[in-house]
Amino acid sequence: MDHASLASTFNKDEPRVDWHDESLWWVRQKRDLQARSVADWEVLREVASAIKNNVLANLGTYLQAFESHAIKRGIVVHWAADAGEHNAIIHRILEENRITAMVKSKSMLTEECGLNAYLADRGIHVVDSDLGERILQLADERPSHIVMPAIHKKKEEIGELFHEFLGTPKGESDPQRLTEAARLHLREVFLTRKAALTGVNFAIAETGEFVVCTNEGNADMGAHLSDVHIASMGIEKLIPQREHLGVFLRLLARSGTGQPITTYSSHFSGPRQGQQMHIVIVDNGRSTQLGRADFKASLKCIRCGACMNTCPVYRRSGGYSYRTTVAGPIGSILAPNLDMRDYADLPFASTLCGSCTNVCPVKIDIHEQLYKWRQVLAKEGHVAHSKSLLMKGAAAVLSRPSWYQVSGKLLRWFLRHFPKIASKFTKWSDHRELPEAPKQTFAGWYKQNRVERNG
Amino acid sequence: MMTVGLFIPCYMDQLYPNAAIATLELLEGLSLDVVYPLHQTCCGQPLANSGFSHLTQGCNALFIENFSRFDYVVCPSGSCALHIKEHLSSLNQQEDATALASRVYELVEFLTDVIKIQALDASFPHKVSLHHSCHSLRGLYLAQMSELSSPTFSKPNDLLNMVDGLELVKLERSDECCGFGGTFCVFEEAVSAKMGKDRVDDHVVSGSEYITSSDMSCLMHMEGILKRNHSATKVIHIAEILNSKSAPNIEPKG
Repeated sequence: MDHASLASTFNKDEPRVDWHDESLWWVRQKRDLQARSVADWEVLREVASAIKNNVLANLGTYLQAFESHAIKRGIVVHWAADAGEHNAIIHRILEENRITAMVKSKSMLTEECGLNAYLADRGIHVVDSDLGERILQLADERPSHIVMPAIHKKKEEIGELFHEFLGTPKGESDPQRLTEAARLHLREVFLTRKAALTGVNFAIAETGEFVVCTNEGNADMGAHLSDVHIASMGIEKLIPQREHLGVFLRLLARSGTGQPITTYSSHFSGPRQGQQMHIVIVDNGRSTQLGRADFKASLKCIRCGACMNTCPVYRRSGGYSYRTTVAGPIGSILAPNLDMRDYADLPFASTLCGSCTNVCPVKIDIHEQLYKWRQVLAKEGHVAHSKSLLMKGAAAVLSRPSWYQVSGKLLRWFLRHFPKIASKFTKWSDHRELPEAPKQTFAGWYKQNRVERNG
Repeated sequence: MMTVGLFIPCYMDQLYPNAAIATLELLEGLSLDVVYPLHQTCCGQPLANSGFSHLTQGCNALFIENFSRFDYVVCPSGSCALHIKEHLSSLNQQEDATALASRVYELVEFLTDVIKIQALDASFPHKVSLHHSCHSLRGLYLAQMSELSSPTFSKPNDLLNMVDGLELVKLERSDECCGFGGTFCVFEEAVSAKMGKDRVDDHVVSGSEYITSSDMSCLMHMEGILKRNHSATKVIHIAEILNSKSAPNIEPKG
């Protein structure tokens, strides 16, 4: 099913669409307030963009610098070309340490790689410790949003899940009480898991350190109590220097959730005595994207989710309609890189309104890339044949004034005389009236009132 | 006297001639030499936004042929003006195409930035709400955008404030997209219609009698929803308001 069909299904329940829209719009408004609280917000975005451009232009150098500094700190560095290698590396680390259960804080990269399922097939049980991700794990669903994974779930639905799996009283939907239940449940997990996996928000090339941002402290709880800490990161997560954190940490949470900063910004600089620390650096299509001049800027993304929160289409179609780990506008320019045919619909799931580009903290030209992907997809033959024919027909008509005039005349005549039949021909009329067609065009009026009058 | 070529988008020519007439009369009222070249068709945006920019050579060639001779080209649609500005191309005369594209103006910005209009002889004693088309706003920067931390300004509001009796009403979401989106409106019908419905509701709740915009395509979409719901709120192109000469209770057609 493509985005349009899935979005159409989502829209069958209008009150839910309204609730989803308003939840995310509320976050967008919080973001606006935070952005305005910082003097020179737009300068900050510009600086972040420039730093990330520099990173992408020198990615190889920064990756090597990061690796050598990380190794000096006692961190074991692994390189994974794709999702399969990433999963196999993590499996091997766990196997070597005879570990069959792991706790994992939020990592969209492991979602992208399908790590949980891979490990489950090999007898390793993973518990997600981010509250949203834990809710979805219990529900056997995937995140619908990269920052607020369970934003599509109502508190009553979460209450039902917790009643079934965590033994909360039936009908309990008070967020405070549900969170408390999750907290007790996860405490036991943190204390008994010997391995912890975290994501990486920023990896610092000059020092070999990395920073993980969470609001729940769950990455710290897992990592600090573990014998083996594994961190998964995409190759684009680098920043050159420690001082650049001052730029990105100010932008990340303000853009994503409308907080001044995430509750926890945890700096990892090497394993404690007796602990193993591994970093798995993953490509999985990113270097291909880096080679596409028009689309490489998408790799500047710091995964704040602001473009989803502001997107009027995302808010009214839900994350699942995108069928990718990263949904919304940024997901729509990342996904076709991985598979043009499967995700050919996503760059069209946008009105090109440009709001995404305006909120992006690293100034990715998201809506312009959506436009450019459309051109690539049409040329590569990934647009429906019927649409292609329609466009060729339109191009023929619009290139010839006389054809255009005759077609327009026929169209208006038909609209005037058979509005009901015309309505049946187009999806326009499912929720809208067709415009009334006038007898005379502007060109006709102009000829009569200006050209002929003036001779 | 400067000569102005009037570029009327294809769907306005066919379906909204009154908005086009208002644009012409408004410009003529400023003592400009305004000419509407009769062999114009479309800017090519429907093709390009669908991924078929490689099929727009015909539209581009016609545009260049029709409008190269003018000092300025004025278009009462931010979306079409933006498309020409960003994408007008030519295989063998690219320099001319680029130069021509830089002389293309959307109507509102032409009035505020080129003519630098200070007063209007217009009256429209109604409650009016402004719909920012995304291309006028985020493409042509006709007003401050809600996402950006920058000083407040609004070129369309400056013009509407010159109209006698007009009361501008405020919206809950000042610049959210209406969901028209060109072919998006049929290929993503469900989301498009829902976006339109939400946008229209915001205008209606504000107490607006007329939704106005510098883009008739957004208005066509919103008008379709208003009419389906038998709403009393109407749509009107901004040119029709700016050109309404002290005529109370006018009943503009769409």
